[in-house]
Amino acid sequence: MTATALSTQRATVRARRNPLSLVKSIFFPVSPTYLLMVVPAIILFTFFIVYPAVLGAFWSFTNYVGYGGSKFIGFANYKAAFADPTIRDSYGFTLLFSVVACIVTNVVAMALALALNSRIRWRTGFRTIFFMPMVLSGLIVSYIFTFIIGTSVPIIAGAIHFAPLETDILANQHLAWLGVVFVASWVAVPGAIIIYLAGLVSIPSEVYEAASIDGASGWKKFQTMTFPLLFPFFIINTILTFKAFLNVYDVVVGLTGGGPGTATTSVAQTIFNGFFNGDYAYQMANAVIFFIITLFFAVFQLGVLRRRGGSF
Amino acid sequence: MATQVTTAPVAAPRVATRRRRLTPEGGRINWGLTIIVAIVSLVILVPLYFAIAMALKSPAQTGTGTGFNFPWPIQWGNFRAAWDLTDFPLAFSMSLLVTVIAVVGEIMVSALAAWSIVRNWGHWQFKATFIYLMLALFIPFPVVALPQVKLTAAIGLDNPFGVAILHIMFQLAFNVLLFSAYIRGIPVELEESARIDGCTTWQTFRRVVLPLLAPIAATVGIFAFLQSWNDFMMPQLVTANPKWQTLPVIQYLFQDQFTGNFNVAFASYLMALLPTLVVFLIAQRWVVSGIMRGSIK
Repeated sequence: MTATALSTQRATVRARRNPLSLVKSIFFPVSPTYLLMVVPAIILFTFFIVYPAVLGAFWSFTNYVGYGGSKFIGFANYKAAFADPTIRDSYGFTLLFSVVACIVTNVVAMALALALNSRIRWRTGFRTIFFMPMVLSGLIVSYIFTFIIGTSVPIIAGAIHFAPLETDILANQHLAWLGVVFVASWVAVPGAIIIYLAGLVSIPSEVYEAASIDGASGWKKFQTMTFPLLFPFFIINTILTFKAFLNVYDVVVGLTGGGPGTATTSVAQTIFNGFFNGDYAYQMANAVIFFIITLFFAVFQLGVLRRRGGSF
Repeated sequence: MATQVTTAPVAAPRVATRRRRLTPEGGRINWGLTIIVAIVSLVILVPLYFAIAMALKSPAQTGTGTGFNFPWPIQWGNFRAAWDLTDFPLAFSMSLLVTVIAVVGEIMVSALAAWSIVRNWGHWQFKATFIYLMLALFIPFPVVALPQVKLTAAIGLDNPFGVAILHIMFQLAFNVLLFSAYIRGIPVELEESARIDGCTTWQTFRRVVLPLLAPIAATVGIFAFLQSWNDFMMPQLVTANPKWQTLPVIQYLFQDQFTGNFNVAFASYLMALLPTLVVFLIAQRWVVSGIMRGSIK
């Protein structure tokens, strides 16, 4: 540490005499090998991530259609986007879906993690089963469920005269989103279980023994000890799953294709459709709005985590 | 246990008798809960059984039934048909190509960048670089997708290589975060002694640091593998030529042709799911610990 500080000092002293070495001390303060390790990454990152982001934000203020020229039109795209029922509906669906799927995933994952951490028989085997969906492609899992929900379930429901499921709920404008919630949660629960299990393992068993001797019941134990101790993991899971659900695309495409009508069209899907429909600049404005909303949720959730003293 | 016995002497004899009925693992088996867990596990197992059963039947055997009946006699021909229809070897090679480049690239690019940043933390240029890279944590793919697709097309990267490069770039922030957290835990003295022995910066990294990074590299590699193999959004948008598409996109492109024959469709779904499932069952321990480490850091 002192060696590098000394060399920097020497460099600045030298720099005062020679403007060229001032440039060198700013841009090449260390061995060129270190720079070779990081500079290509910075260049590629700038070119492939930052440049498109800036370019997209710029286009959102133009009437660009994806090819040819364009001119600056101010906030017109944004105004139109706020008034557009298709875009508004896509936000409505995406937010409703994300909140419900986030709750379902976390409740189910926490319950299963508690069960998989308790004294059950064949614990390792059950863990393997419950972890499996995590590694499967969401799109292909959705295709499998399309058939189960659309064909098999109605036949079974018909046989036992269970009216709500006798028709394909994915073809029902008001219920299709529940199918999306189910499949998206099916895919997301295992990842959340793993994080909760990691949290449960970190709770010392003495805490439980003491509570058992004090006569605490199962629910009481969960409320007063397990949940507070799991809270940081709960927040991490909420952030991770919510962020993933906001970008939902595979499951919707595989399960409903955004339908019936546009009932389950997600924001990501609306933006991508702009690419195929020539609403280029318009959907870039939508993307910028989406980015701001995502950022808002991320900052809000991190704020909650900080306040509750998570070790992050 | 002993301290509790002294504070609650009345409970002591009961605790002692209960102890005798414990299993070697240190607790009584909760059979009620085991049965509940077994029933819930059907939510995972039944769809998987369903997919396998469907893939092994003929359309006549599927008939008008629910699809849950046992496939007999087994129709292996569905796999053959799906193999030919989707040109499976080509799609599989494309998925493999994207995944291999992404795994190797993510590990190398982020390990090098993270080590360089952590070991030069005293220089503001490197701190700024770190913060700059972290920006990407907040950019979801849909937000930059449209300009990115144009960009990759303009420079001739609308192919699996472009998809792999974008995978590497999108994960860069998260991977650098993982690697730098890990590198901060490695004592710098090891590297200093290598320097005294005459190693150059590159030799120090190659011979001393890289071997120490193996556990976190495995984590990054597992994440990269799962994400690249299963990704649908990026290849669908970036790759122009349908012949060069990866497995999930091929499933999507052939969905219309499958409607006539669900059994062939399920055979092709299974063939696309199988590689990750096999990798998971073989390398379960590392996959789970990798994801645990990755998500908690």
